[in-house]
Amino acid sequence: MTANPSGQALVMAGSVERGSFRLEADLRADPGEVLGILGPNGAGKTTLLRALSGLDPLTSGSISLGDLTLDDVATDTFVPAQRRPVGLVFQNYRLFPHLDVRDNVAYAPRVQGAGRRRARAAADTWLERLDLTALATRRPHQISGGQAQRVALARALAADPRFLLLDEPLSALDAKTRLDVRAQLRSHLDEFAGPVVIITHDPLEAMIMADRLVVIENGRVVQQGSPAEVARQPATQYVARLVGLNLYTGTLEVATAVVSLDVGGTFTVTWGDDDPGTSARTGQSTRPVLVVLRPSAITILTARPTQASPRNVWQGTVAALELLADRVRVQVDATPPALVDISAAAVADLALRPGTAVWLSAKATETEAYPDASAHHKP
Amino acid sequence: MPADRGSLKTADRPSDGQAPARRSPQAARAAAARGAIPWPLGVPALLGALFLLVPLGGLLVRAPWRGMPRLLADSQVLDALRLSLLCASAATAVSLVFGVPLAWVLARWQVRGIGLLRALVTLPLVLPPVVGGVALLLAFGRQGLLGRLLDEWTGITLPFTTAGVIVAETFVAMPFLIITVEGAFRASDRGFEEAAATLGASRLTVFRTVTLPLIGPSLLAGAVLCWARALGEFGATITFAGNFPGRTQTMPLAVYVALESDPEAAVALSLVLLVVSIAVLAGLRDRWLTAGTTR
Repeated sequence: MTANPSGQALVMAGSVERGSFRLEADLRADPGEVLGILGPNGAGKTTLLRALSGLDPLTSGSISLGDLTLDDVATDTFVPAQRRPVGLVFQNYRLFPHLDVRDNVAYAPRVQGAGRRRARAAADTWLERLDLTALATRRPHQISGGQAQRVALARALAADPRFLLLDEPLSALDAKTRLDVRAQLRSHLDEFAGPVVIITHDPLEAMIMADRLVVIENGRVVQQGSPAEVARQPATQYVARLVGLNLYTGTLEVATAVVSLDVGGTFTVTWGDDDPGTSARTGQSTRPVLVVLRPSAITILTARPTQASPRNVWQGTVAALELLADRVRVQVDATPPALVDISAAAVADLALRPGTAVWLSAKATETEAYPDASAHHKP
Repeated sequence: MPADRGSLKTADRPSDGQAPARRSPQAARAAAARGAIPWPLGVPALLGALFLLVPLGGLLVRAPWRGMPRLLADSQVLDALRLSLLCASAATAVSLVFGVPLAWVLARWQVRGIGLLRALVTLPLVLPPVVGGVALLLAFGRQGLLGRLLDEWTGITLPFTTAGVIVAETFVAMPFLIITVEGAFRASDRGFEEAAATLGASRLTVFRTVTLPLIGPSLLAGAVLCWARALGEFGATITFAGNFPGRTQTMPLAVYVALESDPEAAVALSLVLLVVSIAVLAGLRDRWLTAGTTR
């Protein structure tokens, strides 16, 4: 988009307290970047969004957009939502039910002082851009969820915001509509010059929509990184479960590349530290790590495997079987426990059922360890 | 009514007894499945309904239909009707101007003591109107707290004037508007107001462009209730504004006076008020029903 070419970064470092809940976040969204905020329900995503949009003030710290201070507790500065250059797309869109689509989109120009005719003309431009012209005279209850989502985006963009916030933009849509709308939304967001923050609890949505992810749990940022990094090296069980990986915490003995897992058992791993000198410099012979193992990288056997390649082999019993789209996910009780993905044919060949005793095997090259950043926070 | 009495009798019959084949078998079976109305509920319900309906029926039966045009064309009657409509409408307008903002403050302002304020401003709902009239005299009378100042500074006195009628009616009727509208403000979705704020609307603009339109049906219902209550106002009006034909004598006062001198005229006037009330009720029900279904 060309309307606002010199976008500025949205930076927040601070906390919000609401009753006994406390959210602490330190994050930055650059111009043109789509920052995904991923976290479970109750993690503090909505609290964060309300603070960024100016609906609620911070308890400590500050929020700024370039050189513009939006909220700063130290200097007692607070720009409320109505004066913040923010565009906010709410989870349920919150389209005004008493106004038609055009007047919904014309609302921001109108309250910002444009005459009715100019406001409607501005609205028409946005309606055309988002392919909504045909719906201009409809009321919000007469349009579909996907259309309402676009109207909400048009209404927010018509305010000429310098940053955009989207709260669970696709969660109100059914699965089929979601696919279409996701692709459209991504292309609209790519045209926006300022920073964009998308809040979601859906990992797939986050991976597809966002350039960078911030994972929030219990009011804290637990991980930041590109979608690929987060998917490959999840920092917490929540993220691991979302992206469908086995994640273990443990202690690595650097010399042998063997990890003693916190739940019991040991793994020979591939040491994935991006800076191999760290351990040498700090002189540590052991260090806390996370170990990640893809469910499809584990082999299930009903007899003890014989090859002696650097494999991790351990024993357990099948706890449950779940049919996924193209494979079966087997939950195995063992030390450590594991999720294993195999084909339906393999399930039949091995005659797997809950209670079957099995051997699990995974190559050391597939068993990847990386530093556990949160370990020194733990008691 | 006959159907009700029939079901009262069947209630005493054993349930497996043969029902008379008078009604269609299917309707009888459906009635049996629902069960008859037990008489301890049915009898008082019937008496209650009769008690409310019979006097109104009496009004219709005893109405001097033939003399109606002559009675209603009387200039004093027309004056009273005109005055009633004027004062009730003015009282409603005043109530809207002051009552809607007050309702908004009561619904949205979260401070200690707001509950007490809400209770006090809605007190006229339960206060005997005559007491309201006395209170108004003490406040706005020529010797009243504010009335004396008003008289000294502007030479305006309210008691026993048409303006006094409007004041009395507003005092009694405004709480009806306030509680209706306050409930609507309270129940309305704040999310729309937040959305408007993020689009750059000031609080007052949000109120004007979002909050008020969204409670439209409740606002109308409150205004109609307020108007109907003002139209029927008697006690506070006669106490504060007196009973001067053409100046402060509204329809209810005219009915009361006419009952002494010309009972036929009283019935005719009452009939007019009854018709107006039924019209209001019909209009209100319609609005309320549609408001309920669009939610």
